[in-house]
This record gives sequence, structure tokens and C-alpha cells, in this order.
Amino acid sequence: MLRQLIESTLRVSTPLIFAAMGGMISERSGVINIALEGLMLIGAFGAAVGTLATTSPWLGTACGMAAGVVLAAVYGLVVIRLRANQIVAGTAINMLALGLTPFLCKILYDVTGSTPSIPINERFQSAPLYLVWLAVGLCWLGIAHTPAGLWLGFAGEHPEALDAAGLRVNRVRWAAVLVSGALAGLGGATLSVFLSSSFSRNMTAGRGFMALASLIFGKWKPLPTALACLLFGFAEAVQIRLQGIVLWGDKPIPVQFIQILPYVVTMLVLAGFVGHSRAPKALGTPFRRD
Amino acid sequence: MTCGGWSPCVPEPEQPQWRALNSELKAGPVPPGSAPGLAVELRGLTKRFGDVVANSQVNLRVERGTIHGLIGENGAGKSTAMKLVYGVYRPDAGEIFIDGERCVWSSPSDAIARGLGMVHQHFMLAGPYSALDNILLGAEPRRWGLISRRQARVRMESLAAQYGLVVDWERPVEQLPVGIQQRVEILKLLYRDAHILILDEPTAVLTPQETSALFANLKRLRDQGKTILLVTHKLKEVMALAQRVTAFRGGKVTGERETADTNPQELANLMVGRKVVLGIEVPTAQFCATPAIEVEGLGLAGPSGSRHRLANISFCVRRGEIVGIAGIEGNGQSELLGALLHPAEPQCRTAGTVRLLEQEVTGWPAARIRNLGVAVIPEDRLREGILPERPVSENFLLGLQRSAVFSRAGFLNLMRLREAASRAVAEYEVRPADLNLPAGKLSGGNQQKLILAREFQRHPHVIIAAQPTRGVDVGAIEFVHRRLVSARDEGAGVLLVSSELDEILTLSDRILVIYEGRLVAEFKRGEVSERELGLKMGGA
Amino acid sequence: MAQPLLAVALGLALGLGATWLAGENPGRVLLILVRSAFGSRYDLGMTLFYATPLIFTGLSVAVAFHAGLFNIGAEGQLTVGALAGAAIGALWPGLPWPLSPVLASLAIFGAGGIWGAIPGWLRARRGSHEVINTIMLNFIAAGLASFVTLYVLKNPASQNPETRPVAPAFLIHQFGFFRGAPVSAALPFALLAAGLVWVLLWRTVLGYEIRAVGQNEAAARAAGIEAGRIRIIALSLAGALAGLVGIGEVLGNAGRFKMDFSPGYGFMGIAVALLGRNQPGGVVLAALLFGALHKGTGDLDLETEHVTRELSLVLQALIILSVSADALWTWMKRRGQLRNHATL
Repeated sequence: MLRQLIESTLRVSTPLIFAAMGGMISERSGVINIALEGLMLIGAFGAAVGTLATTSPWLGTACGMAAGVVLAAVYGLVVIRLRANQIVAGTAINMLALGLTPFLCKILYDVTGSTPSIPINERFQSAPLYLVWLAVGLCWLGIAHTPAGLWLGFAGEHPEALDAAGLRVNRVRWAAVLVSGALAGLGGATLSVFLSSSFSRNMTAGRGFMALASLIFGKWKPLPTALACLLFGFAEAVQIRLQGIVLWGDKPIPVQFIQILPYVVTMLVLAGFVGHSRAPKALGTPFRRD
Repeated sequence: MTCGGWSPCVPEPEQPQWRALNSELKAGPVPPGSAPGLAVELRGLTKRFGDVVANSQVNLRVERGTIHGLIGENGAGKSTAMKLVYGVYRPDAGEIFIDGERCVWSSPSDAIARGLGMVHQHFMLAGPYSALDNILLGAEPRRWGLISRRQARVRMESLAAQYGLVVDWERPVEQLPVGIQQRVEILKLLYRDAHILILDEPTAVLTPQETSALFANLKRLRDQGKTILLVTHKLKEVMALAQRVTAFRGGKVTGERETADTNPQELANLMVGRKVVLGIEVPTAQFCATPAIEVEGLGLAGPSGSRHRLANISFCVRRGEIVGIAGIEGNGQSELLGALLHPAEPQCRTAGTVRLLEQEVTGWPAARIRNLGVAVIPEDRLREGILPERPVSENFLLGLQRSAVFSRAGFLNLMRLREAASRAVAEYEVRPADLNLPAGKLSGGNQQKLILAREFQRHPHVIIAAQPTRGVDVGAIEFVHRRLVSARDEGAGVLLVSSELDEILTLSDRILVIYEGRLVAEFKRGEVSERELGLKMGGA
Repeated sequence: MAQPLLAVALGLALGLGATWLAGENPGRVLLILVRSAFGSRYDLGMTLFYATPLIFTGLSVAVAFHAGLFNIGAEGQLTVGALAGAAIGALWPGLPWPLSPVLASLAIFGAGGIWGAIPGWLRARRGSHEVINTIMLNFIAAGLASFVTLYVLKNPASQNPETRPVAPAFLIHQFGFFRGAPVSAALPFALLAAGLVWVLLWRTVLGYEIRAVGQNEAAARAAGIEAGRIRIIALSLAGALAGLVGIGEVLGNAGRFKMDFSPGYGFMGIAVALLGRNQPGGVVLAALLFGALHKGTGDLDLETEHVTRELSLVLQALIILSVSADALWTWMKRRGQLRNHATL
């Protein structure tokens, strides 16, 4: 049973980890990414549509990633170029994705609820399980050991220093936002083409925010963030097992109390009661060269 | 109760014989192969920001392999000139020559490519990153697409050895003491083969020990052929380090001297001498002996390792007198104001006691202090004095919203507010006299008048005025000064903190000079000349 | 005034453009929207019914904005508010009118207030940003609601996830004028709330201090205002205002708490506040607009081939993006000024 639990945890965490990596890259560069939820959602949709059209989960995932990049480009335009408030714009992007996906679904398949089912041989069996750790490894490598990773970090910590060193801050941020769109889209793709067999309305169900929470919990570093995602995934995997378990008295623990645990923990972490989380210093401030 | 009993200032300790030191330290050996010539030349450099002329027809000649000092007060134009040389700004007129060639920059990267480097007053370091990473940003050595830190480290260690700049490479820079952070900044320049180094107010944040270490490093750099431009307002340092000095005042160059041929008094004069603009006659104070402000033994430690920001400050201000604290910005005035006005905030917690109107206010929240009847004219009026987007009438209410005059049972009496505001606006000649205009649209002088009107509304017994005429036009300056004097005559004790000499000299009944967190001199009205005051302010 | 109108126009244009891409006639879509929102008494009633909670959540977000805070948690706050109302109504059936709706309303107000006080305290005393905290509390509220609805107050007479109905003494008046649309006394109450919020913000000392903290915290502090305390008060008030949605839903419509009754009123409230420029009057107008959109797009499902009610979300999102693109408006303003100068 333990083995089942571990497998289950790893599966369920996969979309979270992809999305969290995307969020990490964007936020490290100084752009808040509340829009992860919406980026994941549109990625899930794009992947489902792509797989149905091409019968290949790989091409479908590429579609999902492309959808994420396009939506991220809208976000980037509004917050980097037009300097809108990032939290407000992020919320709007989430709403946009929430509204666009059934809208497009209706146009393509004439139903608003879900896309048609994807037959099992056209879905991923286990590839994302390994890909995701590759992604974590690449992120770690990129951030810690490439010049681009260094620029990313400086854009978020001290953009003036990056500018003084002769590099374009907003260009770095644009790249970061687009990459985060791709990664979040990838996370969404694993939802529809790996963990389930179609896209259904609002299937992300808050996972984008969980990814954001694990980002804060993991202090914006690749490995701790991935581990935090595992924690959330574990909670999801375990709640089914825990249903019916009696800890004290004669009633089982209501499932909701386990479900809300990750959110409570996040709040505690943020409040500084558990460890100390320090955001990139320039997070949320648009950069403007005088 | 009188507030005699302790002497507010400690006499300046004996200065070492700087002349002897100077001749020893100045002329370093001429490194082989360097041709004497001009590293930097500026001709007719001019720069405007809107209506303000920051630099006007600046001419400068810096010889290669020397340390050249640029002195002047804040706002005199020396930092702007250097930012033009470094490519942060583009000049409106004039030419820049580097190593004899005319240069036009579009950004600092061009200047960096030509061998210039600048260490800014506020360091450009990202805290959580190591010194190594901060230095190699933008110039990363690569191997197969990845940064080769080992390669970089080898080069850096050799640079460090060559110039004696020992640094901890791997720790996050935010954990390093300020003096070491500065070394990291200098290494940044050397790593990119800069041979002309510009340092902007480098000793502003250093302890005396760190300062000596810096001086030794700068000498070594110069001995190895680097050219150094040192921007500072500290005359002692310039005399000790530089071969030539250029003085700035009001955006213009007022003079250039060899340090061997001059002395601090002459430099102070070049830096600070200004015609006294004011014609107001200030009648003698009829002060009562009741103390308004009493400060005893105030001290504030700096961040770990750096010097104290305030050390053993003791003074008092009686009701009916104006006490001016003269000093160049950054010598502890902000900290002193913080201790007086926000003693409860953690960064303002100090040792020693503060009494306002004979009440000890250590640890009081700002609201309580204001309610005692303390009026404040803040240093940074845009940040702390007004609500720029709100209309004038609402700004008039700031700080007074709970007073019985304007509120009752939690509700605001807007009619009374408008009446009082109109009267005040008329009396204080705030123009335009439009109560609905957003306060941010008023000119600096009118904003200040608004603040005065608001603060004096309640006939305060204690007035703390910080840089009250900064950014204020001449007509308004006179108005502000008159108001301060009449407030004094009505019995208020006024603490005036300013870096404008003529303001201090005209208004103060007593003058205290603050330098590096200490009170270093006290004068009564008429006892000191402008020149001497300037000297004391500069640490001489 | 111009900016919100332009933003609505821009958002509508983009959204209707999307319907054109879907193969519909944008003009026809617009017509359906308008007719569905205002065409009959029932339609108008439903528009008003949707607008009422939007006034509350819009006021909630607006009050928080005035203090410089982002209240993304209106969804959770309205949930706990409604839950509290349902709990009081189900657990004290013997309470007589008019005590019953009054007490229930107070409980609703208080519950929402607590849900806002939590992130307010965390921000003021621990420095953790209210955006994440309010979002987290949304999920926690959903969990709490699920727990209470399914375990504590479950309605034994129904398969739906809802609580036991409240006693009839708790229900508030419904206006029969709207031919079946559940427009209740909550609507005039919402308008009253808007008026009270205006008085609070512009006529009281507290309101002044809230706005001062939001505009320039340093100046407010220098003037002696305690920013932390003000923040807690502001977010508590915002939470309480959002919670008031419970009055319209539990006491005025369903008579019980139904899981997921809110089609996203909390998030729509953000759009409403933004469009209404955080002014109570603007909030009411914007709430009306978004209520109309929500009703209008509801009929799109039936009357068009390809467009669904989700268009309302798309339109809202586009309007928010348009309103918040600061640089776009300053650029337009500057161009306008330049043009003026050129003609002089």
C-alpha cells in the first residue's frame, strides 16, 4: 500500500511541479505570476485539442505549451509593456482562461463541459513522471549555472544592477514570462493527457495556486519547490486512503480537514511561523529605464 | 526649570599633522610605460533636467595615473558630471574625451567597454548572491554554455592579490560588512579591465578603519597605473588622497587646485561660499527658559561593523529660541529626527533619553508625540508631508483629523475644514489658492507653505523643521523663514535641521554642528562666519 | 469617467470580436445580451439579482483598495458569511421575527469580518502579503463550507449538497414585481451599504485614515496614523461587506446554504471595483453592468450556435485588462495633449 501511495503521489504532483517551475522562473525575474492557474488551464485545453487532432500526446502537449505561451504573451504585454498591476492582471488572465476554454470547446466540439475522451493509446502512460524531474534538473542547472539564470535572478533582486551591467531587464522578464507560460502549459497538458482522459471545465481546480504556494514554501528554489509540490500531491493522494480512518472518537476525520491542510501550512509559512521565506526583492515592481 | 547642566558639544580632538602625512602619501612612484596624458577631459559639459541646470559649462582635466578629487555640496553637480562621463545620462552640450579620444555613449556598457568603471553611492549588489556572482554579472566566462566559475575565480583571486582587495567570494554579499561590499564593487570594475575608476562618495558609509583600508587600496591602484576620480564632500579625505581637486558649486566648476598648493579653508570657500540672499532682519530672541526639546546621551548603533550613526548627542532647545543643526546630509540628521519623532519604530530605537515639553518620550508612538503639540516639517515632503493625489483641503487635514476642531464623534466637520483651509491658504499665500487641486500639482514652495499652514494651525510649542527650504523658490524661502521666526516669537521652540548655511546663520539663535553622528561645535548667533561653519560641517 | 467607459468599450469590442471569430454575428450577440438583460420584468429582475451580490463584493474590494490592500478573498468571505447565516437560521428556528433576520445578518457580517480580519492581521503584524493569504482562505472556506454542509447541517430531505433550510422567520421580503426573479430586500440593503461606505470613506475620521494609509503610507505614519491597525480594520470591513452576500442568498433566495452557489461573485467583485474606480457610486453602476452581462450571456447558450455564457467571464477579463493597463491610458493622454499643443 505504501508503494501505491508513493506512485500515486508522484503522478498527482506532476502537473504541480511543472507549473511551479514555470512560476519560479517568472517570479525570480520579478514578475508575480498569479496567472499560473489560467496558464495551466489553457495548456490542458490546448493539449487535449492537440492530441485529439493529431492522435499523438507529444504533439498535443506541444499544442498545450504553445497555448500557454500565447496567453503568457498577453500577460506579458499587459504587465511589462503596459505596466499594469500584476496581481490584478493575473487574476484577469485566470478569468480569461476560465471563460475562453468552454467558449473554444463549444466552437470545436459543440459541448461546453468537456472535450471528447482521448483513447488510452493516445495518452501518456508514464513519460511525464520522468520528464518532470528532468525539468526540475534543467531548471536547477539553468538557474545556478548559466548566464541566463544569473540574469534572471538579478532581474528579480536588483534590476538596476542588471541594467548597469548593460543588460536589458525587460527583455529578461519577457523571456521569463514566456517560459513560464510554456511550463505551466506543460503542467496543464499532463492534467488532461496523462492524469485524465480529456479536458473538463475548470479542471485545474486551484492547482495553479497550490503551485504558487509551494513556490513560496520552497523559497523560489527548484528542489525545495518540487518537494513542496510532492507534499501537496501527497495530501491529495492520501485523502482517499484516509477517508474512513478513525483517529479518535468514533467518527472519521472529515476529508475537508486534510484537504485544507496545504493551504493552512502555506499561510503559516508566509507568516514566518515556520521557516523564513524571502521573495525576490524586486518582485512586482515594473522596471522603467529613465 | 532650566536646561543648563551639560555641555552640548565636545571640543574637536587635535588634528594630526596632515601636511606631513600628505607629502608622504601623495606622490607615488611613476609606473613604467605610462605616458603622462589626460585620462579624462570634459569641455563645456552641460546637462539640464527640466528647469534645473545640473551641470553648466563644466571643464575638467584628469591626468592619467592620478587620484583626482571632485568636491562640492549635495546638488552641486559633481555626481551628475560623473554620471555623464559614465554614460548614465547623455549631455545636452559639451564633449567628453577619454584617453584623448572623443566619446559619445549610448549607455554605460559603452563606457565600460572603453575602460571606465563607476562605484555608485548606493551599491549595485544583489544581496543573496555571492561576491563572485555579483562581479561576473554580464561578463561571465563560459564553458559549454555554462558559467565557468572556477575560471572566473582564478582571475579574481589574482586581481585580489595584485591590488590587495581581500574578499570572501562565496558568502552572500548582504552578509558582508559594508567595507567589503565596496571592495566587491571595485573588483567588479577591475574584472572588466577598467583603468579609469569613478568612486561616488565612497566613504559615506564606512567606519574610520574601513576608510583607511580603502585609502591604502586606492593608493595601490593608483601606483599600478589606474586613474581614480573621487567624488566627495569630505575635505580631509581629498587633501589626503588626491593630487588635484576640482570644486563644484551650483552646477559650475568654481576652481581647480593642486592639493599641494592649497589648504582646507580655500577648498571650503570654493565649495561653499555663497552670497547671503536673505534680507530678513531677525530680532533677538526673547526666549523663556522652559525647555522644548531636551536630548541627552543619544546614541544609535549602525549595522554590525559600521560606525555609530549617532554618538552621545546631547543638547536642548528652549521655548522661544531657534536652534539650528548644521551639517552636510548623511551625518546623522535623519537618525536624530527619527529618534525625536518615531522613537517607537525599531530602526529608530536609540540609547539615551529624549524629552519633549518636559515629557520623556522614549518609545512613544508617533501619534502621541504629535498630540503633545509637536509640529513637523519633514525632510522629504513628497514622501512624508503630503498626499500628492489628494486635494489641498484634504492635505490640510493630515495629522489633524482627530482634533476636536475638525472632528466630532468620529465624523469629519468638512465645512469647518474648508473654512480653516481657505483662511490658511490665503494667509500663507499658497498659490494657486484652489482647495480642490491635488497637492502634488503645487510647486515645491507652495507645498511647503501648505505644510507650514497645516502644522502651525495648532500653534505648536515645539517645531521640528528639516530642510525646510529645499527645492523651494526664493520668494517662498523668505516666507518660510519669516514664519519660523514669528513662531519662535510666539513661544515655540524650533529645531532647525538644514544643510543650507545661510539659512542656519540667519535664523538660528544657537548653532550646533553635526559631523559623523557627533556634535562637534556650538556657536551663538553672530559668533561664527560662514567660512568657518562650512569648515566645521566638512569635518575640518 | 472616460477611462472606464473606454475600457468597457474596448473589452466589449474584443469580446464581441471573439464571437465573430466563432462564426456569430457580433451585432446579433450584442442584441441578445441587451434583450436578455433588460427585455422583460423577469430578465430585469435576474439582472438585479446578480447585481446585488456584486455590489457587496465590489464594495469589499474597493474598501480594501482604498487602504492599499488587495482583497482577492471575497469569494471565501462571502462563503463563510452565507454559511453563518444558514447556521443561525437552521440552529435557532424558534427565533421570532424581526429578531431572526437581524441576528442572522449580524452573524453574516461578523463571519465575513473575521474572514477578512485574519489576512489583515497577518499583513499588519507578520508582514505576509494579503494576496496569497486571501486566496488560501478562499480554499479553506470552501473546505469549511463542504464540511458544514455535508456533515453538520446537511439537509436530510435532499440529495443536493445543501444545508437544512432556515426557519421561515428568517426569510426576508422578496419583490413580486419581477415575475419570479428572486429580487429581495437585499438589493435596497446593498444600495444602503454603498451609501454608508461612501459616508465612511469620505465623511469620517476612520475613512480619512484608511485612505491616507492607502495613498501614502509614509506620510500617514509621519502624521501619526497607525498603519497596521488601519489595515486590520480595512480588511475586516472588506470581509464583512463581502460576507453580506449571504443575506441575499441565504435569507433572500435559497433559504439555505447551497454548495458552490456563487458563480464567482468574489472575483467579479474585483472587476466591479476596478471599473467603478473604487467609488461606491461607480461600484453600483459597474455591478449593474456585470450583472447584466452575467444574465445576458446566460441566454447565449440557447440562442446561438457557438457562444456560451462563459463569454461573460471573457468580457470581464478583457475589461479588467483594459482598465488596468495604466501605461495605455497615460500614453493616450499624452498623445491627446500633444495633439492639443500642435493645434495651438
